[in-house]
Amino acid sequence: MPDSGPDLSRRSFGGLAAALVLDGCSRAFPKGANGEEQRLNFYNWDTYIGETTLGDFSKATGVDVRMSHYANNDELFARLRAGNPGFDVIVPSNEFVTRLQISGMLSPLDHARIPNRANLAPEFVDVPYDPGRRWSMPYTWLALGIGYRKSQVDGVPDSWKWVLDSDRYSGRIGLLAEGDDLIRLGAKYLGHSVNAVTPAIMEQVTQMLIRQKRHVKLFHHDEGQDLLASGEIDLVVEYNGDIAQVMADDDDLAFVIPREGTLINSDCLCVPTGAPRPDNAHRFINYLLDAQVGADIANSIRFPTPNAAALALMPEEYRTNQVIFPSGPAMAKSGYGRFQGIGHIRAVEEAITRVMAA
Amino acid sequence: MLQRPSQAPGVFAAVGVPPVVWLFALFLAPLAVIWTYSFGENRTLVDIAITGSWGNYARALKPLYLAILLKSMGFAALTTVLCFILGLPVALAITFASRRAKLLLLVAIMLPFWTNLLIRTYALMAILRTEGLINSGLGALWGIVPGLPPFEPLPLINNNFAVVIGLVYVHLPFMVLPLYAALDRLDRSLIEASLDLGAGHLATLWRVVVPLALPGIVSGIIITFIPALGAYLTPDLLGGTNSQMIANVIERQFRSANDWPFGAALSFLLMYLTFAALMVQAIISRRSAEREAAR
Repeated sequence: MPDSGPDLSRRSFGGLAAALVLDGCSRAFPKGANGEEQRLNFYNWDTYIGETTLGDFSKATGVDVRMSHYANNDELFARLRAGNPGFDVIVPSNEFVTRLQISGMLSPLDHARIPNRANLAPEFVDVPYDPGRRWSMPYTWLALGIGYRKSQVDGVPDSWKWVLDSDRYSGRIGLLAEGDDLIRLGAKYLGHSVNAVTPAIMEQVTQMLIRQKRHVKLFHHDEGQDLLASGEIDLVVEYNGDIAQVMADDDDLAFVIPREGTLINSDCLCVPTGAPRPDNAHRFINYLLDAQVGADIANSIRFPTPNAAALALMPEEYRTNQVIFPSGPAMAKSGYGRFQGIGHIRAVEEAITRVMAA
Repeated sequence: MLQRPSQAPGVFAAVGVPPVVWLFALFLAPLAVIWTYSFGENRTLVDIAITGSWGNYARALKPLYLAILLKSMGFAALTTVLCFILGLPVALAITFASRRAKLLLLVAIMLPFWTNLLIRTYALMAILRTEGLINSGLGALWGIVPGLPPFEPLPLINNNFAVVIGLVYVHLPFMVLPLYAALDRLDRSLIEASLDLGAGHLATLWRVVVPLALPGIVSGIIITFIPALGAYLTPDLLGGTNSQMIANVIERQFRSANDWPFGAALSFLLMYLTFAALMVQAIISRRSAEREAAR
């Protein structure tokens, strides 16, 4: 990143302070041909962009990109809820595209300004959580599975049983601290759809998690790959790309999508309502969907790309990697999580509070 | 000579208005907003209807949340007791140290305050981890002795032990400073008299020093207990599967649960407890002032 400027993630005084930092005390930027200041505020996940992507965009367009990070979708939502503090492009996951959109926090995309959307693989062009892609462009997709240390595990732990319902690896298991994901994976393990979690199923999963808790070493905040790599735990519920990142340095690590199927996510590029520089935002989104740019990003972050043109430029090793592109019957049984209403969120949260308190 | 506000209104206004405005605009007003939320409910993901209902408080008093609150109080009480046991000798040592050593000791107590809490907690994690400094150090020593079974790392992190260690580490200065302030003002001739008249050191400590320093001790206990009760980062980072404290539940209401009204009710429950503790402190210090005056 060329001139990273103030790192916003450390400034958590809320929207007002962020707005001051973003708009108040920065240097003056010249106006571009589109009448917007030559800059852009990009709110992204950590380690989720190519090494030179932002600098290259700046060289190509003269627009200076400032990136700041959030740790999860809830943080992104909470931040935007009080009003957009000046972000131009954000990267919510599929379910949060819905949540932000129905809350009036996204502005519609102008497809005419994103010609590179032609690069997308067909299955990402029209999706249930955003019909016609009015509000979002896919950036990556990802699947939850079990990352594990081969030398410490018997065979391939290809069932959620080994992390959710068994004492076989007691004290060596790390679960994701996201209540909604845990409940849905538990439902999947018990043979239900991730989007049909009734109160009875939720109760059943909650009881199972309460029973399993004494065998669980920790609940992690999406840093499971580091805990696995450092030997703190031997099995972890994590995203495929995160495990692929650490597998590159350690031959003893592996990843499997359990045979019951899993939860698929897709992180998407969106323009939040009130973005100060919407045209720059569209140019940036279009740039990220370019074939070569997309390939450079995929090379760095090791998540699967929904960009067919970028994929064609990737080496064999990436395209056929079973961790990055899991396939087979388990994937056929997997699906995207859908937003199920505020009552569901509340029930999930109380269930997880019970698990943690038990 | 003392002046009354009426004699120099301009000066008093100039000095008094900024802090009052600050207090209202940046503390009381936001607090009032959160307080109002606690009587509301979510209509959509972003709209909160203020219904005036006590439902959030009723939910906050459910056994599930009361048990978490009690557990948090247990953590905070244990932290306070350990801080007092560790802090009293430290405060005594500072009080009776030479002027130069006193300054150095006070700086040593204050120094961690100048580092961000997050950084300090991560540093503690590096020490306590399974592959951290303590375990690798012990493992190396273990390896020197022949004939021992392979070293099993001690479980120092991701459990309640680590949470208490973290809380004590973070809150120790809160205990030491008020204790020191109280002990430093103590009339030393009373201690000498007690020792001259045959009381031992421990008896002098418990029957002379502690009663005289009681207001300082109560302040120390309260300003250690309250932030420890509201600790959120420490249980989150050092805790295990069983270390959830009330602040973690509150944090989740404002983030993943997106349930600000319920989070607000839980926060205010904690706030009422804080007020109660402060009232107890006020009563104790007034009583001891009265006793002083009666002498």
